[in-house]
Amino acid sequence: MFKDLIQEVIWSLMGNKVRSGLTILGIVIGIASVITMVGIGQGSKKSIETQIESIGSNLIMIMPGSQSVGGVRQSSGSAQTLTEEDVSAIKDKVDNIKAIAPSVTGNYQITAKNNNTRTQVIGTTDDYAMVKNVTLDSGLFFSENQVRSSAKVAVIGPDTSESLFGTEANPVGQTIRINNVIFQVIGVTTAKGGSGFNNQDDVVYVPMKTSQNYLAGNDYISNINITVETQDAMTQAQEDIQAVLLETHKIASTDDADFRIMNQNEIISTASSITGTITILLSSIAGISLLVGGIGIMNMMLTTVTERTREIGLRKAVGVRKFYINMQFLAEAITLTFIGGVTGVILGFVASYLLTVFFSLSSSISLSSVLLSFGVSAAVGIIFGFYPARRAANLSPIEALRYE
Amino acid sequence: MIECKNIQKIYVNGDVETKALKGISFKIDKGEFVSIIGPSGSGKSTLMHILGALDSPTDGTYFLDGAEVSKLDDDELSDLRRNKIGFVFQSFNLLPRTSVMRNVMMPLIYSGIDRTKREEKARECLRYAGMDEDKFYNLSNQLSGGQMQRVAIARALINDPAIILADEPTGNLDTKTSHLVMNALKELNDKGHTVVLITHEMEVAQYANRIITIRDGEIESDKIN
Repeated sequence: MFKDLIQEVIWSLMGNKVRSGLTILGIVIGIASVITMVGIGQGSKKSIETQIESIGSNLIMIMPGSQSVGGVRQSSGSAQTLTEEDVSAIKDKVDNIKAIAPSVTGNYQITAKNNNTRTQVIGTTDDYAMVKNVTLDSGLFFSENQVRSSAKVAVIGPDTSESLFGTEANPVGQTIRINNVIFQVIGVTTAKGGSGFNNQDDVVYVPMKTSQNYLAGNDYISNINITVETQDAMTQAQEDIQAVLLETHKIASTDDADFRIMNQNEIISTASSITGTITILLSSIAGISLLVGGIGIMNMMLTTVTERTREIGLRKAVGVRKFYINMQFLAEAITLTFIGGVTGVILGFVASYLLTVFFSLSSSISLSSVLLSFGVSAAVGIIFGFYPARRAANLSPIEALRYE
Repeated sequence: MIECKNIQKIYVNGDVETKALKGISFKIDKGEFVSIIGPSGSGKSTLMHILGALDSPTDGTYFLDGAEVSKLDDDELSDLRRNKIGFVFQSFNLLPRTSVMRNVMMPLIYSGIDRTKREEKARECLRYAGMDEDKFYNLSNQLSGGQMQRVAIARALINDPAIILADEPTGNLDTKTSHLVMNALKELNDKGHTVVLITHEMEVAQYANRIITIRDGEIESDKIN
């Protein structure tokens, strides 16, 4: 019986290749478009999230206030008001601080053998790697000891490495000259994909003391980066830091403060509203694709089965039981949706991959989108392949035979 | 073999009742060749549907080979049609784009008979119906009208039915082919099959041994030919 059923299904589907092919095509397109669409949506969302995370999380940044020279206000951050005492005061008096990394920044000419470049040099402490989410591709970030002893070591970004040493060479262990001072390269950071003015891949990190002593020539700090333990503690920590700094700087009112405190919550809330919008947008596009695909499958199945009402009538007239007619149409619907579904999933993966390769979109296919699109298409295909067949099989054979 | 007692069929369409059959009774014995003739609208098609267990009468009883057909449910009717009745339709009703062999074997699917036996039986029936051997694997839509009707006759024979019901089998055929098909039916009757033929053409009805004439849902005459 079962063998007969399978043979009937194969014959019936092979007997009308165009009809079967078009039905499968409808299912393939429905599923593939949903998978690709959702894949690209989630990929973009993920890449935005990684970029935000690469800044660091629960971050508070302190910058010097603007300086007045002869009554003229200079740009923010131009004043040199932050010192190492501020750092120790914050460390001692403010709760919930996970890590604190002061930094000194400056632009210097850097040379290695025959190549040279001019880029940003950040003098900082070993905590910086954690605070700013700096990870290393090779070598190590400098240690607390190297910071304390003003070691002349440097960690360079991948873009800097490329300009100085080319793409092939391993810079770890080689020497570079920053402002004519010889440094040994001890690590290369992982690419973060930044670009332009604030490129996080074109940068050189050196221990803070080393930078102050050999490059800047003074003890001032450009800014202080702080990681707070939890997101909830951010507001309290920010207020405490402000109080401590006002006290150490002997300033009475916040209006006169010679520093500025910025926190990352503002950035995060903007970013999450953006990713939220993207998610809603793409989910609705995927939803519409699924709906359109579903209607397509439904149409195809309804037409196909209605067209075959006479065939159903004939089968009944020659004595095939209703049950077998139902089973045959159910099996045909399942076969079509299954072939279409699997092809659709494969095509979805291929399309996402091609888009990633040729349009450098990031794509991330989730199991749930595969299951959802496959499930909905299969359900629609099976219901609308089976239901009208069942209705036709319930007709009297004469009515079904007369059906035009 | 066949016994109809006071068969009535009333179609209800909204408020309008149409009496298609107004109490028809007759018997057909094994081995007979009977023509049921009547003009269109006489109720002969309705009678044919009831005889073929495709439809059930509103009132009256119908016995086929000892079974009371009017009391059977849908599945039992299917089984009865498969085991006892062979149909030959006016419009052939073959599966489109399907080989001659598959068309003939169609009633045997799900019957549990194994494939080689089915094919053997199908060949036998096709030869019996006068089909050319080299056409056995042609697709149904590549055949001429006469060939299609031969395939339909072969299909009607595949289950060794108790009766063969032919509903206007020559309705879509030219005169020459009609004769061929009718001779094929006649031959089946000569070999012992019970054949019931529905037609509106006297010329076609003449092939039978007995002619039942129907008019306005009633038997007008029942004569041995």
